Amino acid sequence: MADGADDLRKMDHPLDIPCLKHGAMEGLAPFIAAPEHQDKVGFPGELLPDWKEKALEKMAELAEKNRAFQVYLEICVKCGACTDKCHYFLGTSDPKNMPVARQDLLRSVYRRYFTFAGKYFPWLVGARDLTKEVLDEWYSYYHQCSECRRCSVFCPYGIDTAEVTMAAREILDSVGVGQKYSNEIIGKVKDVGNNLGLNPKALRATLEDLEEELEEDTGVSVRIPLDEKGADILLVTPSADFFAEPHIDGLLGYAKVFHEAGVSWTVSSYASEAANFGLFIGSYENMREISQRIRKAAQDLGVKRIIFGECGHAWRVAYSYLNTLAGPWDFLDQNYPIPQHIMEFTWGEIQKGTLKFDKSQNDHIRLTYHDSCNVARASRMGDTPGGQFEIPRNVIKTVCNNYFDMADETIRESTLCCGGGGGLLTDDLMDLRTKGSIPRMTALQDVTEEHGVTHMAAICAICKTQFSKVMPKFGYDMDSVVSVHQLVSNAIILTGSEDDEDAGNGPEEDTSDE
Amino acid sequence: MAYEVNGSTVEHDEEGYITNLADWTKELADVIAETEEIDMNEEHWAVVNFLREYYDEYQIAPAVRVLIKAIKKEMGPEKGNNKYMYELFPYGPAKQACKIAGLPKPTGCV
Repeated sequence: MADGADDLRKMDHPLDIPCLKHGAMEGLAPFIAAPEHQDKVGFPGELLPDWKEKALEKMAELAEKNRAFQVYLEICVKCGACTDKCHYFLGTSDPKNMPVARQDLLRSVYRRYFTFAGKYFPWLVGARDLTKEVLDEWYSYYHQCSECRRCSVFCPYGIDTAEVTMAAREILDSVGVGQKYSNEIIGKVKDVGNNLGLNPKALRATLEDLEEELEEDTGVSVRIPLDEKGADILLVTPSADFFAEPHIDGLLGYAKVFHEAGVSWTVSSYASEAANFGLFIGSYENMREISQRIRKAAQDLGVKRIIFGECGHAWRVAYSYLNTLAGPWDFLDQNYPIPQHIMEFTWGEIQKGTLKFDKSQNDHIRLTYHDSCNVARASRMGDTPGGQFEIPRNVIKTVCNNYFDMADETIRESTLCCGGGGGLLTDDLMDLRTKGSIPRMTALQDVTEEHGVTHMAAICAICKTQFSKVMPKFGYDMDSVVSVHQLVSNAIILTGSEDDEDAGNGPEEDTSDE
Repeated sequence: MAYEVNGSTVEHDEEGYITNLADWTKELADVIAETEEIDMNEEHWAVVNFLREYYDEYQIAPAVRVLIKAIKKEMGPEKGNNKYMYELFPYGPAKQACKIAGLPKPTGCV
């Protein structure tokens, strides 16, 4: 497995357009799902004998059911606005990773079988027969798109390119060619309740261990409750928050915020996962089944509110689709956002003045913030447009003295993907992941040079894991990526702790002006 | 796909994780470690043994933090830290050490 460190493109600017390298990423393909993985997600175990007919049937069905998809297939005028907007294109130099070219791998087949010109004059309109080579090419290049939708921001027609990738993956799944990483994980959520396969006994032991650690560190008994009936808030967070670094520090941050806010909350072992990989493979049925677990947990535990932890695509699914997938949520307290993001909760408490901070606890850090793609481009926070950009920054600036944004064209709605989103966070794609992170890493290096930035915060489990793996290839420590609630955790003064007595009891001034 | 140990073969998946956990032996661990370019010393074994004990109890690998805490108790703070774990297992204590310990690969956003 290439680690990609030796042949990384050097960029002067995060968005420098590369010289084309035709076929640079040709043939790259993540591991194929085994029959048992496919079975769990409801797809054929291996390539069907009549895969061609079935693939075209599925394409027709998707175009019929999802009119937006049909429109996206038909209206592209090849203006080229998207060509240089993809981090994988910028990082790999492969022209098939230009969003327009990648989508045309599917469009050209659609044209051949579903348009008048393509049926009769395929050579005139660039229409292609569906062959096994084409199917393999789909598998390869539709797993070189992280569905981050940066290109869509720049499309004058508003074509949602991620929809094309999702449809392609669904077609592939439906003929028996699934991706091992995503499909195995969805199976685990169905069996155990989370991506990790962390069973209730192990989850309880982990949380108890963390509670112990919190008490040792702070002298205050901060709880991380599990399956507590009658709690007001159900926290749904990525299972990486129970397992990985720096994710766990974020979880400790949520626990401290809930503790200081004086609310009752719980994690559910049944719905111990915010992530919903059904989105990545374009499968509504799987997305729905995973979401229904959250509904059941909320009802069984009798909670009044649902709050999501730091997970990018989970927030997209939660914010944009949860009502369709698992609503109506009429049994929850309608006075709060349904669902709510942990960032909204923490910012709300900061504004109420219930939290006290010692910002100097983060003075060893000079920080920038990576807007996660799904939060930035597929959701919102708070009650004003752009809240998904401002609220995390407001929280950061409340707890951290040294904050610097990266270049404007690489943040907020133009944010660059971390390089590992959309079901690509798997070791067998490490070369692609590394190359795809070059634009973001270049933007980071720029603020390191200019402002001495040492750390980058994120609010997505995928981004955090991806950066902890790729940052060392760009001269940073693996712990240079941090959870936003890790910064909150560092700075928060718990009532009754030694820090609290040292600091007196007055709430600190809010220094944020945005 | 299989490892060769003392003339017998042990099946593994595309990424080198053994498919039947009961196939694990200390000799196999040495063989897997070799393919990972790791020379097993006392510290490596302490990690592998802890992972296996934890897995016996919980049917899953521990969080890295839980592992580090356990190693810290056993070997002191200069070894019970994340950095040292990555020195032992450059591709990560969770994934690489699990592979050598004969445990399934941790999946998800990790």
